[in-house]
Amino acid sequence: MANWVPLWLHRLGSPPVFYRFAGAVQPWALGLALALGMVALYGGLFVAPADYQQGDAYRIIFIHVPSAWMSLFVYAAMSVAAFMALVWRIKIAEVVAMESAPIGAAFTFITLVTGSLWGKPMWGTWWTWDARLTSELVLLFIYLGVIGLHHSFEDRRQGARAASFLVLVGAVNVPIVHFSVNWWNTLHQGSTVRLLGPSHIEASMLWPLLTMMAATKLYYIASLFARVRAELVAAEGGKAWVRELLGLPGRGTP
Amino acid sequence: MSPSLSMGAYGFYVWSAVAVFFIVLLIDTLAPLARRRRNLRALRARIARQENRRRPGTPPQNESDA
Repeated sequence: MANWVPLWLHRLGSPPVFYRFAGAVQPWALGLALALGMVALYGGLFVAPADYQQGDAYRIIFIHVPSAWMSLFVYAAMSVAAFMALVWRIKIAEVVAMESAPIGAAFTFITLVTGSLWGKPMWGTWWTWDARLTSELVLLFIYLGVIGLHHSFEDRRQGARAASFLVLVGAVNVPIVHFSVNWWNTLHQGSTVRLLGPSHIEASMLWPLLTMMAATKLYYIASLFARVRAELVAAEGGKAWVRELLGLPGRGTP
Repeated sequence: MSPSLSMGAYGFYVWSAVAVFFIVLLIDTLAPLARRRRNLRALRARIARQENRRRPGTPPQNESDA
């Protein structure tokens, strides 16, 4: 790989190093995610005032929007890992890409269900074939397709590479989801929080939203690391480092 | 209107959304921990079988969950 990549990142490409690193980071990331999530929910559900139009129903935003951001963020992270897996054939990148898919699918599912729970009282319908809703549903199907393709191969690495290719093809849907509210006339409202320009939200409602965003990011790290550890134990089963993990003499099996 | 547990008329929708969020993420947290334990157990059993094959005559051990 290019020589601007720091040495510790190279080292993380080694399965035993990544396994130990992930094991050390995972509980902290999970604990911090839980703490921040609780603070965010308290702020969003009890401290922030009710919306002048939507009353208390708008409070679903504190779950729906961070989950929707994560459904796209996880896909972007998965695409980067899939690209690294296909170009440099880094084993850890393959595992990271494949283990990201169920987490992304979980966040996409939460987004769709909470959106439905928000749509019913506000729009009068659980579902509509609006551009934003439809493209988010397609995102869920792509995640499920990646998981399915990965598991349909006898050989783990072959499955991971085939599914990584699907990840890169499916990435065209990410900008479609994001810009759908601008490109088409949708029932779904436009972006509330914007990176460029002022956000259309009051500070008392913004801070719980951003805190939940941080919590879900940390949650992704925790869940991903737990999944990578589970997978590495199976994928590297014959290796000396896993035998040492089991307390057996560190000798590889033929 | 001050925020309260009843969430105005929208308690069902708001609390259902909160419940879905926690249930899905709880399953997502527990599944990989169980999978890692299962993988380690399967690996331990496999290595034990290989050791037994390598040294015939010794009584088989840890064959139960093969």
